[in-house]
Amino acid sequence: MSMAENPLIEIKNLQKYFNVGRGAVLKAVDNVNLQIMEGETLGLVGESGCGKTTLGRTIVRLYEPTGGEVLFEGKNVHKLQGQELREFNRKAQMIFQDPYASLNPRMTVADIIGEGIDIHGLYKNRERTERIYELLNLVGLNKEHANRFPHEFSGGQRQRIGIARALAVEPKFIVCDEPISALDVSIQAQVVNLLMELQQKLKLTYLFIAHDLSMVKYVSDRIAVMYLGVVVELATSEDLHKSPLHPYTQALLSAIPIPDPETERKKKRILLEGDVPSPINPPEGCRFAKRCRHAKPVCTEKQPEFKELEKNHFVACHLY
Amino acid sequence: MERLLEVKDLEVSFKTYAGEVKAVRGVSFHVDRGETVAVVGESGCGKSVTMQAIMRLIPMPPGVIKNGTIVFDGKDITKLSEKEMEHVRGSEISMVFQDPMTSLNPTMKVGAQIAEGLIKHQKMHPKQAREKAIEMLKMVGIPNAEKRVDQYPHEFSGGMRQRAMIAIALACNPKLLIADEPTTALDVTIQAQILDLMRDLQKKLNTAIIIITHNLGVVANLAERVLVMYAGKIIERGSLDDIFYNPRHPYTWGLLMSVPTPDLDKSKRLASIDGTPPDLFAPPVGCAFAARCEYAMKICYERYPEDFPVSDGHSAACWLLHPMAPKVKPPIGKGVTL
Repeated sequence: MSMAENPLIEIKNLQKYFNVGRGAVLKAVDNVNLQIMEGETLGLVGESGCGKTTLGRTIVRLYEPTGGEVLFEGKNVHKLQGQELREFNRKAQMIFQDPYASLNPRMTVADIIGEGIDIHGLYKNRERTERIYELLNLVGLNKEHANRFPHEFSGGQRQRIGIARALAVEPKFIVCDEPISALDVSIQAQVVNLLMELQQKLKLTYLFIAHDLSMVKYVSDRIAVMYLGVVVELATSEDLHKSPLHPYTQALLSAIPIPDPETERKKKRILLEGDVPSPINPPEGCRFAKRCRHAKPVCTEKQPEFKELEKNHFVACHLY
Repeated sequence: MERLLEVKDLEVSFKTYAGEVKAVRGVSFHVDRGETVAVVGESGCGKSVTMQAIMRLIPMPPGVIKNGTIVFDGKDITKLSEKEMEHVRGSEISMVFQDPMTSLNPTMKVGAQIAEGLIKHQKMHPKQAREKAIEMLKMVGIPNAEKRVDQYPHEFSGGMRQRAMIAIALACNPKLLIADEPTTALDVTIQAQILDLMRDLQKKLNTAIIIITHNLGVVANLAERVLVMYAGKIIERGSLDDIFYNPRHPYTWGLLMSVPTPDLDKSKRLASIDGTPPDLFAPPVGCAFAARCEYAMKICYERYPEDFPVSDGHSAACWLLHPMAPKVKPPIGKGVTL
């Protein structure tokens, strides 16, 4: 897929802090700068607690940012009002991780999918019903499913309903927050294929959040790696896997077990010591310094700049 | 190698208000001393129930072991009394679960949880057991073991809790460790640490490991032999290389192809297995995979295929392996045409 030149979304110095009491601040997202191009899939990876979900949620206005801004088609999304706000809420949608918790058990599938259509006044009566059937078809379900309740469906089918709900309002941009991690392997492939087909058909832009790097590599055009609230590396999916620059990315890539016995037998792993430190009052300097095998004195003193080392390959590390 | 565990024709059902769920429908396999066997399959395929049957942890009722023998270290587990079973569970077979937060006791210090088994099964003195607990924590790579031994599970991170679980499981030096999705709840870098730890400890203690997982990367990393389960039956078994490089069952092909390999690019679609696993209230008469199988023949719907041997230790339950079946070229693996 060719990448359009103009960014659909620009994230500038975005911060999202949470007060966790007793003067402690959890810096979930700290000065993140990213652009999401029209029609691309930007993968966002990192371990639990690194702030990837918070970033996704802040972009679609589920959170107010502490600082910085998010521009969607050039406009600051957190300052939108009235008609423009409704328009943004329609254009930016989200697919959630847990297909069991994200569907209202008391609503039928038709009502779940139709809710957005009603709110935005897109279709009425016959047309509305037709549209719901069409959406069900689009995600691989059929109209017999329309009057059933979520508990009658399997995990993969529920995720399809979640996708149909997001598509109902004809969005341009979808945040997919770990859309496949709760599903079985064979069902994961079905959902990923569906998401990619829909992207081509409907010219969607995705922010694909996940911790399964091999799947992210497959679906994404570019990948951003987050660690403790900071984006440490950003590159095309190819470059990131062929020549990861940040020591954390290198460790993360080497840690994934590859489903090929020979590769596994030969592989030298970079084992990281310890766990991800708490994002509450994170360390000064580079957040990764404590676990980094290349750490120098400067790493614990100054936060490294996020710079473009090669074309379209950004990294925040004092080694370079 | 010496047999440690031999499961024969195991059938487990659950009686529910809606009828009988046949969760395990005739499973036979063995585990030798000191080897690692991986069980793969989708949720609901019966892999966890099989392991629970080995541990005799199936709630009865509603569960029933309808048929089969489980011989562990020379004794039939299905015939042991609850008291004898308690001894087996603590000191001969132990288990590590998926979620380390819910499987540790939140009201007990970690050290006490490790020592519990030692005091009970090995009649160790509490003081001695505490020393051993510290030693175990050190062995599984927990820093400051002397301090950590007196902490509660909530003071541990996810990775450390799983290490503590492994320490508890291995404290009595069991002959068999059953690890049920031990790394699923963990982050990749922590997962790599835990897999490394399990491999190291196995070498040191010569414990046999059964690992249940749906992550094929983990299988490739750890296992020596693989059992593939589908709808309550083992549909293919073989060495690690047999399964990855010469798989014979279409379900195994589907599983292997639905994970993206590092060199797969975006222009190609992932192979997915359409449909969902069958309802185990009324499992199909023939092959349970037939409805989702693109190679299905008439006989597949009518009779369950026997286990066709492929090579020593490698077999698959699929009619395609019958001499009269049409030749099909596997879409994956380095294998030859069937």
